[in-house]
Amino acid sequence: MTKAMTGAKMVVQALRDQGVEVVFGYPGGAVLPIYDEIFQQNDIRHILVRHEQGAVHAAEGYARATGKPGVVLVTSGPGATNAVTGITDALMDSIPLIVLTGQVPTFMIGSDGFQEADTVGITRPCTKHNWLVKDTHSLSATIHEAFHVATNGRPGPVLVDIPKDVQFASAEYQPKARAKTDRYQPKVKGDMDMITGLVEAIETAERPVFYTGGGVINSGPAASQLLRELVEATGIPITSTLMGLGAYPASGRNWLGMLGMHGLYEANLAMHGCDLMINVGARFDDRITGRLDAFSPRSRKAHIDVDPSSINKVVQTEFPIIGDVAHVLEDVLKVWKARGRKVNRDAIQRWWAQIEDWKKTDCLSFKPSPKTIKPQHALARLEALTKGRDRYICTEVGQHQMWAAQYLGFEDPNRWMTSGGLGTMGYGFPASIGVQIAHPDALVINVAGEASWLMNMQEMGTAVQYRLPVKQFIMNNERLGMVRQWQELLHGERYSHSWSEALPDFVKLAEAFGAKGIQCSDPADLDDAIEEMLAYDGPVIFDCLVEKHENCFPMIPSGEPHNKMLLGEASTQDAIKEGGAVLV
Amino acid sequence: MTALNIKKGSTKHSAYNLRPSFSEEIETHTLAVLVDNEAGVLARVIGLFSGRGYNIESLTVAEVDHEGHRSRITIVTTGTPQVIEQIKAQLGRMVPVHDVHDLTVEGRSVERELALLKVEGTGDKRVEALRLADIFRAQAVDSTLTSFVFQITGTPEKVDAFADLMRPLGLVEVARTGVAALSRSVQK
Repeated sequence: MTKAMTGAKMVVQALRDQGVEVVFGYPGGAVLPIYDEIFQQNDIRHILVRHEQGAVHAAEGYARATGKPGVVLVTSGPGATNAVTGITDALMDSIPLIVLTGQVPTFMIGSDGFQEADTVGITRPCTKHNWLVKDTHSLSATIHEAFHVATNGRPGPVLVDIPKDVQFASAEYQPKARAKTDRYQPKVKGDMDMITGLVEAIETAERPVFYTGGGVINSGPAASQLLRELVEATGIPITSTLMGLGAYPASGRNWLGMLGMHGLYEANLAMHGCDLMINVGARFDDRITGRLDAFSPRSRKAHIDVDPSSINKVVQTEFPIIGDVAHVLEDVLKVWKARGRKVNRDAIQRWWAQIEDWKKTDCLSFKPSPKTIKPQHALARLEALTKGRDRYICTEVGQHQMWAAQYLGFEDPNRWMTSGGLGTMGYGFPASIGVQIAHPDALVINVAGEASWLMNMQEMGTAVQYRLPVKQFIMNNERLGMVRQWQELLHGERYSHSWSEALPDFVKLAEAFGAKGIQCSDPADLDDAIEEMLAYDGPVIFDCLVEKHENCFPMIPSGEPHNKMLLGEASTQDAIKEGGAVLV
Repeated sequence: MTALNIKKGSTKHSAYNLRPSFSEEIETHTLAVLVDNEAGVLARVIGLFSGRGYNIESLTVAEVDHEGHRSRITIVTTGTPQVIEQIKAQLGRMVPVHDVHDLTVEGRSVERELALLKVEGTGDKRVEALRLADIFRAQAVDSTLTSFVFQITGTPEKVDAFADLMRPLGLVEVARTGVAALSRSVQK
């Protein structure tokens, strides 16, 4: 017999049963009973953020750095609406989150009560699923189902809206084992005929390429291991989306670097010229494909994805395989080995010769300056001084994000936290807090732009309160760099509202919060300043004053295919044509 | 760089021009979607269609299994073959959705709709309306000296045809249920 308990106690008990160690949240009237229960226990740690958006991004950072779901607890009305950006971010990047929101009591729903919002209505399109729990009897089972839905199939955020009277009322607790999970059971094993078809294509392909994405990371460490084994054994080159960095090590011999709008020359040309494209856990996003009718025109395409709606959504594939990446790769390897481990060695050797030729372009080269710090140089030095350490990198959104993806190397999955799909400025700082909570002794760096960073700067309070030694590496160009770059390329250098005139003194700002501030503007001082940041045991704001008008290259102008890349300043004149100008 | 003169709706070669190589032919499909009858399930389905820009020609919903809390949603939608496939995949991955059947491709099916039509008029027009109703096997379910309410069941095309004929005879109001559909049984 299970015993009766209040709804609020049930919430805490259900989280405990689900193995939750940390909750990111912010209290308010409609969740007070749950906060009272949190107060009276020590199993679950609550991290008090400074804004609900920060709670969700922190939970995302925690989830991405651990592979476990992140948990958020916020109040009704503004608490829930402030969380919406983070929830949408998690949906776009397939991050498992359980968001618990308070709600006005059931008898007040619909009366426009104080701090009432139609939370399930507002979040219906930005969650994988959501529930309004109107009866304490179904509360614990709903929370268990929420964890099941968030973490199975393609992961994503779910939300459980809990009215205050449901938190106060008592009912019998349903343990995890008795929760209903049968109605959501996505397929994880791929179709064997299709897998055999793919293996046959691998055996004969002359110019194959692996195009991998966040699905490999989400599938778990085994997926990355299997991918590495398959890539090494077949000798096939591999590139990855922004979301998939770290699944295959940057130091691996088959690594081409990131692909896409700001991807590497060799990676994009390999995509354009391949005859077999093997998409593993990516979704043919518009940042990746560029102009669709000229996307990899001569290739057969395979697509491994756990979400059936990703298949043939954008690009039609010859080998659609619906299943979890780890399960499918295991079967691909098994079939490939059983059939004699065949590949078209001679042709792949010629393919590599072509790729090596493309690599000579050295598309990431830049001209360092003795006077000002180039942002690329700053990241190259950060990479050199932190390589090999137990390191986690977060980013905000913009030029710095692309430079971080280009100049930092990721050797393992779950080490790279960035807002890919939604492109949420303000993501990185709270995400770095979530990562540091998960890995207290690791080096956690948020590579930021000053504009993005200011969007959630209130979380300095959280970092200081919990003594989280997160390093905020702000590349300060006093500009919205990516907006400025597009205005230069597309809008006749009319820099409409893309610079800040009243930036704070970041060193004083750090000190005001009780943290350490470092400013660096001279390339000669950069290494010492970075070392000083790394050596400090506590949160640091590193104000790195960089070249103000640097552009991010390589770049595929919107509306162009992979083989029309811009490599540097000289090639940017009239780069974006009429058709491309309407795109973001 | 000169000011760009972008034509409205100029999305040729755009990242959102999602179907360059797919068939562009618009097809009409009838989908039967079995869902848990729970709060918000219809909003979820409708939100999917509006949020992703799919069309709804008609939609009916009612509980069909009271004990199992199952409802059946019948949706008539239009789109290219690739969009239709997307709609089915998007519906299929929703948590409260148990089954999605495309009645248009899964063998033959029966489609029926019920409509009520109010026709006002006197004299010859009134007689003609009654005569046509008889031909269409529509029933007069309400009548006054100057009006009828006809009830007609049939395929949407039959209802359309009847409404077209009633229009010159004094049609003032129409209420339609939308399509309910079932696949036909196979002779064993």
